[in-house]
Amino acid sequence: MATPAIRMFRKIEGLFCVYKPAGIHWKLVRGSIETSLLKGLNATPSQPLPTEVRFLALPVSEAEAPKGLILSAASVPVLSKHPLVTGPEFQNLKVGVGHRLDASSSGVLVLAVGNGNKALNNFDNARVTRDYTLEGEFGTATDDFSHTGRIVERSTYGHITKDKLERVLAMLQGANQKALLLYSNVDMRSQEAYEMAVQGLLGPDGKSLPILTGLRCIHFEPPNFTLEVQCINETQKYLRKVVHEIGLELRSTAVCRGVRRTRDGPFTLQDALTRDHWAASDVIQAIGKKRSSKKKSKTQTKDSPLQPSEESTTVNQINQ
Amino acid sequence: MASYCTQLCLQGRNLLRSKAVARTWQYNTQVRHCITRGSSKILNDCSINNGNHTTTQTRQRWKQQMFCYSDLATKHLATEALENKNVEETSTADVGAYESPLLPIRDAVSVPDMPLDLDAAAEVSALELISEEEAVSIRVPSDIPPASISLKDYVDKSETLSKLVQLGVDLWKLEQRPNVGSMLLKLDFNTDVAPRLLFLKDIGVDEARFGHIITQNPFVLTESLENLHSRVNFLKSQKFSPEIVASMVSRAPYILNFTVQRLDNRMGFYQQQLKLSASNTRHILARLPRLLCGSLEPVKENLKVCEMELGFKENEIQHIVITVPKVLIANKRKLTQIFDFVHNTMKVPHDLIAKFPQVLNCRFMRIRERHQFLEYLGKAQYNPDLPNYISLERLVIMPNDIFCTELALAKSADFSLFQKTL
Repeated sequence: MATPAIRMFRKIEGLFCVYKPAGIHWKLVRGSIETSLLKGLNATPSQPLPTEVRFLALPVSEAEAPKGLILSAASVPVLSKHPLVTGPEFQNLKVGVGHRLDASSSGVLVLAVGNGNKALNNFDNARVTRDYTLEGEFGTATDDFSHTGRIVERSTYGHITKDKLERVLAMLQGANQKALLLYSNVDMRSQEAYEMAVQGLLGPDGKSLPILTGLRCIHFEPPNFTLEVQCINETQKYLRKVVHEIGLELRSTAVCRGVRRTRDGPFTLQDALTRDHWAASDVIQAIGKKRSSKKKSKTQTKDSPLQPSEESTTVNQINQ
Repeated sequence: MASYCTQLCLQGRNLLRSKAVARTWQYNTQVRHCITRGSSKILNDCSINNGNHTTTQTRQRWKQQMFCYSDLATKHLATEALENKNVEETSTADVGAYESPLLPIRDAVSVPDMPLDLDAAAEVSALELISEEEAVSIRVPSDIPPASISLKDYVDKSETLSKLVQLGVDLWKLEQRPNVGSMLLKLDFNTDVAPRLLFLKDIGVDEARFGHIITQNPFVLTESLENLHSRVNFLKSQKFSPEIVASMVSRAPYILNFTVQRLDNRMGFYQQQLKLSASNTRHILARLPRLLCGSLEPVKENLKVCEMELGFKENEIQHIVITVPKVLIANKRKLTQIFDFVHNTMKVPHDLIAKFPQVLNCRFMRIRERHQFLEYLGKAQYNPDLPNYISLERLVIMPNDIFCTELALAKSADFSLFQKTL
């Protein structure tokens, strides 16, 4: 029977994204979301207790033999179905996480509840690009490429100008483009390759080395600089290594101060829920909004990673 | 079925007297499986409180045959009759009637083994009339399992458990603790539970809190009344007012289970270590009665952390503890993390932190986000001498929307957008 809790659960099943703050492990984020969703589900008004008819002995004043007891039928609530005895209706929820973010990064983290986990599998396999913002700082090099690591080297950075940086970025982009063509498993001289390139379907299918499909500098003020990156199959540690390598190319050193994911496939910063909006009602609203926006936009089986434009492409199965 | 019995026997072997009868039925089902299915349906319709059975002569005869056949059943009945059991069903009819089937069984054992006679049972009709004495002596097997992992099988039949559920006790949480479930089942409401609830009411505890108290500390129902009285009297002798004693008991129910000496030791410890006056110690304990219940080692470590790592002076620690007693049992890592951020990043000196110790009790992420927002707006000014001063207390205590409108003078939407840029 569909209790109010089960009806609410059907609304909660789906995909949504949250903004993961820096400094917290993604498992803790997943845990707090699960706890707050369970709290919302178990707070729904419970069904009234079923009753059963029992024969209760009325208290008789004069002493009588047992077989002479007067019995009356009474409708008594069945206490074994009371929530204090059976426990809450929902005790566990399957909350799955999309592409993970390590502890010191922040940004959009896609989560799926219940049936939405099936869509999450497709989301993983589909060729989905992610947008990152990398904050870098010239002058030091550390062992784990971030500003909290052990310092390995210091250098000057006075000689770095913006166009030198742009040149290095262009060189990196070229190398990545070559890797992209290499991993697309198509002979570059064929007609098929041309058609795929026109539609923007060139690229690795499934697991491959991380590839940056787009790279540009949005802010340059030595020693700090900010890069915007679009990539496939990356890890945050790889992105920090990219910053480190940029520093090396410029004959200086650089560390990465922050990695922030601004987009994961079709999920952008606008859809992300911040810490105060992790309650069940906000999550239901976010899932509903995402579903309706996907229904409106064009549906394609594979989205095109090469265009950095925000043509919202979707994975078909998320619609269900 | 036998394996089911043995496997669930771990909790409370002697739960119910009717277990004996239930066992016989279960062993008998192995012998006469086809018949029992039909009979158990009829028998389950009558509840245990029903003393008046209108069963037929056929069942009586069939029962005698069953008692003859199963040797295992007789051995069990013989042994379990000798065991001492606690009855939580207090109807005298049942108590009297349980003795009677044991006698005919012992007599029936001497009958030589008869071959399994399925036709004999099929001949007697269920609609035959039997005499009143025969009807009364027929025992109905209880539908309660002899042992179970959950209390929901027993709650409908047990007066104690139903009254506890009506009080608001969370039986589901309690049955997960080892041995608590069987302890609750063995209690009798009128002799065990009711006097203690009346005692709690006498102290002044609100009746709506009874469920919470018993859920937190079910062992208050097994503590002797004189001990409970002596502990409450000890607290009153230490000059805690009756309302405060009631609130302490209601928030930290385990106080009632600790000896007077232990409570005295703890109170003495807090008074000596922190070098507080008696009224201040009373104030702290009234605000956080859990201090009397837990172990003292974490408190000693926290005090050492405050003194050595954080570098607070003794009078500052005293002030902090009086304002926010929770610092004594807070997580040390969290404490040092918050202090490190507030002192080194926000550049707030020791005396200001000691003046507003609520900041040590707050979530670290909250302080960090709000401070970064104020810094971005250029309003991060925590020095009381300069203009546009923002006190630490207001920074952490206010909810988000009031913080945005009053302290940061910005909209909540802006704060959300800013949080997404961190």
